[in-house]
Amino acid sequence: MALMQRRLIRAEADFGLTSKLWRVNWLFVLLLCALAGVGYVALYTAAGGSPEPFATKHILRFGFGLVIMLTIALIDIRLIARLSWLVYGGGVALLVLVLRMGHVGKGAQRWIDLGGTLWQPSELMKIGLVLALAHWFHKASWERVGNPLFLVVPIVSALVPVVLILKEPNLGTAVICAVISGVVFLGAGVRWWKVALVVAAIAIAAPIAYDHLHDYQRARITTFLHPESDPLGAGYNIIQSRIALGSGGLWGKGFLQGTQGHLNFLPEKQTDFIFTMLSEEFGFAGGISLLGLLAVITMGGMMIGLRCRHQYGRLVAIGISTNFFMYVFVNIAMVTGSIPVGGVPLPLVSHGGSAMIMVMIGMGLLMSVHVHRDVEFGNEGEDQ
Amino acid sequence: MKRENKRSGVFTRRALLVAGGQLAALGFLGARLYQVQVEEGARYSTLAEANRISSRLVAPPRGRLLDRFGVVVAGNRQNWRALLIAEQTTDVPATIEAFSRYIPLAESERARIERDLRRHRRFIPIVLREFLSWEDMARIEVNAPELPGVLVDVGTTREYTFGPHLAHVAGYVAPPNDADVAQDTMLALPGMRVGRAGLERTHDATLRGRAGAVQLEVNAVGRVIRELDRQEGTPGRDVTLTIDAALQEQVLGRLGEESASAVVMDARNGEVLAMATNPSFDPSLFNSGVSQAQWVEWTSNRRAPLINKAASGLYAPGSTYKMVVALAGLEAKAITMNDKVSCPGYLDYGDRRYHCWSKGGHGMMDLRGALKNSCDVFFYEVARRTGIDKIAAMSNRFGLGVKLGIDLPGTRQGFVPTRAWRAGQGKLWNIGDTIVCGIGQGYLQLSPLALATMTARLATGRAVEPHLTRAIAGAAVPGGKPEDWPSLGLPERMLSAVREGMWSVINEQGGTATIAKLEIPGVQFAGKTGSVQVRNVTREQREKGYKSENLPWELRPHALFVGFAPYDAPRYAVALVVEHGNAGSAAAAPIARDIMADVLQRDPARRTEPPRVAVRS
Repeated sequence: MALMQRRLIRAEADFGLTSKLWRVNWLFVLLLCALAGVGYVALYTAAGGSPEPFATKHILRFGFGLVIMLTIALIDIRLIARLSWLVYGGGVALLVLVLRMGHVGKGAQRWIDLGGTLWQPSELMKIGLVLALAHWFHKASWERVGNPLFLVVPIVSALVPVVLILKEPNLGTAVICAVISGVVFLGAGVRWWKVALVVAAIAIAAPIAYDHLHDYQRARITTFLHPESDPLGAGYNIIQSRIALGSGGLWGKGFLQGTQGHLNFLPEKQTDFIFTMLSEEFGFAGGISLLGLLAVITMGGMMIGLRCRHQYGRLVAIGISTNFFMYVFVNIAMVTGSIPVGGVPLPLVSHGGSAMIMVMIGMGLLMSVHVHRDVEFGNEGEDQ
Repeated sequence: MKRENKRSGVFTRRALLVAGGQLAALGFLGARLYQVQVEEGARYSTLAEANRISSRLVAPPRGRLLDRFGVVVAGNRQNWRALLIAEQTTDVPATIEAFSRYIPLAESERARIERDLRRHRRFIPIVLREFLSWEDMARIEVNAPELPGVLVDVGTTREYTFGPHLAHVAGYVAPPNDADVAQDTMLALPGMRVGRAGLERTHDATLRGRAGAVQLEVNAVGRVIRELDRQEGTPGRDVTLTIDAALQEQVLGRLGEESASAVVMDARNGEVLAMATNPSFDPSLFNSGVSQAQWVEWTSNRRAPLINKAASGLYAPGSTYKMVVALAGLEAKAITMNDKVSCPGYLDYGDRRYHCWSKGGHGMMDLRGALKNSCDVFFYEVARRTGIDKIAAMSNRFGLGVKLGIDLPGTRQGFVPTRAWRAGQGKLWNIGDTIVCGIGQGYLQLSPLALATMTARLATGRAVEPHLTRAIAGAAVPGGKPEDWPSLGLPERMLSAVREGMWSVINEQGGTATIAKLEIPGVQFAGKTGSVQVRNVTREQREKGYKSENLPWELRPHALFVGFAPYDAPRYAVALVVEHGNAGSAAAAPIARDIMADVLQRDPARRTEPPRVAVRS
């Protein structure tokens, strides 16, 4: 196999800062810059044709995020692996903290005030969960993963954050967490029938869980099914978003010419509904191009996983990429009225500082996997 | 290395599968985007470039409250108002400033407008001013170019035809608070009101209806070009009450200036025909917020106009309770219908002497005579023999001291003591307490509504529950037929013995309320008086501390009367309390007689249309 013919990096001396920088996937970085550039344009138009108050901040934040990303990219993946459970523990601790004393917004406790900005610990939790699961499966052979007892710890590790996030309550993020965990399990070699069993169990439990949902979450689901039933409340967003998208047509109304957005008919246009804003002005042509860019970035992340030579890196890459994918999917599905409104931003495009930093930290981890794809790190897959 | 190959091979296959799934999902989104933007987009592409689509909600009219004959008790009146849609003006403060040049706004109005602007999303119209005159409207329309985002429309305001006369029954509406809006976003629309008291509150969901929505094409300054789509809302449904509004006014007229309350019920099905409380208040004052001064006036008035005395005022029932004591004694076989008790004017029990109201005593008394003369000693003895728990159980069967099925919020259930209750306080029950309960004193606390229910059940032998709702949107609610209510399960001979005693109170020489005899030929009234000394009854007294040398009005006993008619075919039950009216026979009985005469003359329970009689206002 071509992958195996690459030289395994065994000695630290081989692997200085320069060679690491050389190994950074600069094309991928360029794609991220392009995405942030789209964000700049979108926020410029969201502010009615002005870099203030969103666009300038956005690009400054992205610059800061880029530095963080590259810094993490240079950190040895083996060191990151050692810290996996620490990050996971920190995420759980913050989630517990937020449940006890978090800032309540929109009927849920999910924010933590950190130096004036509100952070959602669930974002950190998703990264911690990916790292922890990757660490657990890193040294596990195919046979060992087949042992049901071996799966007890990772299943509990996935359930704890999911349940805590559900209690906030934040149904959307909990579902995303569960999906990411599922993908990591799959990548680690958990047998198909076990995964199928869990999916079936969830399908059966969903109607029961619906009874225990918060009123506002149920309202979202019913509003999604019949947006006209609540045109002033949650349905308003969906209706307005579809009007804006529809009025954009194939080629759009042109830069700064989007009327629905500019007349404030479109809610939260600089955050959750930024995609609508763009697609109104640049039409289906613009929307599908942005979707294409997002797809390329997602696939790039999966690619990094495929090229990595150690299980830890592979699992981290697939988990982080899936996280990015879920952001994209939930956001665009939401604005096109394909799934219930979820309050998920479009990564690197939507306004919002803490979310962007967390996305860039994830990208940094992805890049570290890429930089350290050939390091010697349990590559033989032996059980300890 | 072999193991690693196996593992990485699995990973590669699965990662490719996941990636393929992700691509498929994103492809689905692309297709969806095509559908929304290009296929459905054609619907919007015909619109002129400069125009845009705005969706607005249409508030449903609130359902009306009607009396049993369809007379409007609470309706809607047209209300021209000036609204501001914040998203249609570039400078909200400047627009408000310009508006106030034509229609001056008070400081408090500005504060309200600013609060509304903060509370609601920018596309929701905010009320600038309600109840515009034609002049005001002309001034706004003429200066429209200076007032972007300001529009004049017609809404509704709640109007109570009978004002204070039905305030406690109909209740009132008030502007919604944040919690209401969070529950039902429609309430954010201008002019929406929430039922806060009375039947307005009970039936709020029914009366409210659901909002409709219109999609409008608007031009660059927000002017409506045409309507694109309309979803009709559901208007609130009308609720028909059991009340006869004209009778209610007559009853209030009979109460005159007294601080009093009366309940008239259809004894056969529990429909409340009149529930009058004096004094009352103007319910429309709540519609746009009650002033501090008004509030102070209401709450400091010792006659408590905001309290519905008929359903929430609690009084010791006094002698009106004696029928229940008698039935408890009969059922427990503590007495028979012919047992006689000697009344020397007092009963000695333990080291206490319990007095009869007649100092000289009544001599030998049987049940009928004891009711007729309201002999206290007889009922002291019956209560002593029967025991408090059996009396309480019988009371509960008559709707006393239990939660009634009435559909009126804020109704108090009153109180009938038991041994268990006393034990719960860590104290032993005294036989002396049972004895005073025999004449409706002691711990007993009951509302006029409960007493009316008791009387209706005595009259018909059925466990009717009082209720105020007759129909919703024209469809009768259950409970309108006598068969809807179960029998009390008491032998008819016991009930008729008690009814006969009540008949003799009014219709036999020497009865305590012969004054209440009806002047209608062939129709007889049966009833019972009651007078109760005031002890810890009014709120006023509780606050000041009870001192017998205080204001004379406060000291006078309450006067009570309960009764039903016609005696031979009971149809109507009435209960009346005149606060500090002195003796029941002197103060309450004549009023009760007049009320019953009015009721029988109108005979609302048997009619489907109101009688054509001039109503005294």
